[in-house]
Amino acid sequence: MNLTRTSKTLAFQMAAVFMALNGASAEPSEERGLEIAKEVDLRDTGFGDMKAEMEMALQNRHGDVSTRRMSMKTLEVQGDGDKSLIYFDQPRDVKGTAFLSFTHKEGQDDQWLYLPALARVKRIASNNKSGPFVGSEFAYEDLSSQEVEKYTYKYIEDREIDGKNFLIVERYPVDRSSGYTRQIMYVEEERYIVTKIVFYDRKDSLLKTLDFVDFNQYLDKFWRPNEMVMENHQTGKKTELSWSEYVFSNGYTDRDFDQKTLRNIR
Amino acid sequence: MNAKKVFFTLALATLTISLTGAGEWSGYGALELKGFEESPAFNGQENSVGIASVFEPQYYQDWKDGYRAFEFSPYFRWDSLDSERNLVDVRELSYLYVEDNWELKIGVSKVFWGVAESQHLVDVVNQTDLVANPDGEDKLGQPMVQYSLITNLGDFSLFVLPWFRERTFAGEEGRSRSALPVDLDNATYESSAEESHVDFALRWFHIIGNFDIGLHYFRGTRRDPIFSVSEDGSKLFPHYEQMDQIGLDLQYTQGGLLLKLEALGRETESEDFSAAVGGFEYTLYGIANSAMDAGLLVEAHLDSRGAGAPNPFNRDVFVGSRLTWNDSADSSLVAGVFYDWDLGSLSTRVEFEKRIGNSLKLEVELQRFSDIDEKDPLISFSRDSYLQVTLSRYF
Repeated sequence: MNLTRTSKTLAFQMAAVFMALNGASAEPSEERGLEIAKEVDLRDTGFGDMKAEMEMALQNRHGDVSTRRMSMKTLEVQGDGDKSLIYFDQPRDVKGTAFLSFTHKEGQDDQWLYLPALARVKRIASNNKSGPFVGSEFAYEDLSSQEVEKYTYKYIEDREIDGKNFLIVERYPVDRSSGYTRQIMYVEEERYIVTKIVFYDRKDSLLKTLDFVDFNQYLDKFWRPNEMVMENHQTGKKTELSWSEYVFSNGYTDRDFDQKTLRNIR
Repeated sequence: MNAKKVFFTLALATLTISLTGAGEWSGYGALELKGFEESPAFNGQENSVGIASVFEPQYYQDWKDGYRAFEFSPYFRWDSLDSERNLVDVRELSYLYVEDNWELKIGVSKVFWGVAESQHLVDVVNQTDLVANPDGEDKLGQPMVQYSLITNLGDFSLFVLPWFRERTFAGEEGRSRSALPVDLDNATYESSAEESHVDFALRWFHIIGNFDIGLHYFRGTRRDPIFSVSEDGSKLFPHYEQMDQIGLDLQYTQGGLLLKLEALGRETESEDFSAAVGGFEYTLYGIANSAMDAGLLVEAHLDSRGAGAPNPFNRDVFVGSRLTWNDSADSSLVAGVFYDWDLGSLSTRVEFEKRIGNSLKLEVELQRFSDIDEKDPLISFSRDSYLQVTLSRYF
């Protein structure tokens, strides 16, 4: 279905149809939700591998800012979740620390940490998905590879924002160790990219909002944000994650994501 | 010692290269204050607050996206009380060559084997730097050639260790020493090659599902010396035997639970023994609706030599907890107690750390010995309970 050229009127009509279907049975909205999630995933399939620099600015409610610098490499794995390696450069006391994770479509992920002071690689528990990543407002699960199978979906509505049509989809984590009951995704219909996620905590209270800002296209296909801003509504804290120096097609293999490489990376 | 001279000349040359190279410098400088709860047990030991400073810069340069890398990390420590605690060491001076299915590292480096938290039983490649910290977590740089073959059946590594590093011990004026001070100038060896005996090790490491498994064989100079008393009964001479050792390290990871086991069997001229440490670590995430994690650690230590083993962790159980704040200062607290179930000795350790600003780190360490039995190897440290505060600046 090509929705990109749908006229406004048609969009309204379709929304009406979906709403009608929604009222008749829960299933069509779930099917539609899954369909959208699959389309988002499909349009991001085939990137192969990627590396990028990350800078995180952690801001507390008084406005004090501390920063983290990291670099990340990702390898797309056919039929399973991605592999990724994050290397820490700042703050300096954690320089050299590296984090390797193999995400899986089903079951728990595998995670290893390299601790440079002891030259030690340690396999760590991976049910920490709801925990904060390096003290930021991002949880591990917010940054790990977004596999379709990790959620169930429900299409809510089409919504026009600033002249663009967005598909509003709610998703529900399958894993019970997730910190969320639900997330509301804003999928920009034209490019099928997620531009906003609103998170609800385990008590179903509004917790955080994540905005994806300033997208660039790579390899004529894949859209990546230059910035991700996570705001915690309950604590007033905010984390700005800036991405730079995206490089695709580095020719990475599994070897670049093994525990030997985790040990070697500086 | 000529080899030592060569070593330091090389280090100096490296320093020159590093200072002019295109790589990156990082590292830290630290100031340690250490106060003891009681007056010293032995004659000659200084009775005042100890001040130590440590400087450990690191130079790193890589090529081909990290597939070739050069690393240099000298280590300097100065201690106000004990001259044996002054140390200049090369922690790292190595060249790494990585290919698709193998890699080679040549030079001085550090290797860690093992999974346990309360004792690093099978970690025998690098010599322990006991004076940096009596907990045995600090290691001296080890000259090595390390070749690893990466296969579908795991990583096979061969280590050739051409030069042996003697263990460091506190001097006569220092705290945390044996009743008789160790005479570091008169170490003896079983091998006629002494410290230039070439040691070998083989290691296999593999990840199979939720299991991380390592097996090793080590043939060469024993890292922990045995001691003989000098004729006048005033000091101890370390004697380094040859050993054959096989060892296992195994971890099973499921959800928040880590099950761990390290075991070894060792044959030397004076004794054959086996030892093991095993237990679990369980972590609860987001306790009491906060961002904090709390971990529980329980590990048991066994040694076939029983209560007479020179290793204090022979028939002990360790119970500890790790609190992680997950805050922007990366605050964490680890507290644990070793209990010797034969002798009833207790050794408690608490470590707290947090970052201050972007480049300072504060560490507070408390080590306490209580009810130490006369037969326990820890008896000579029994008056050396201490509190240490370290402030480090990273760059």
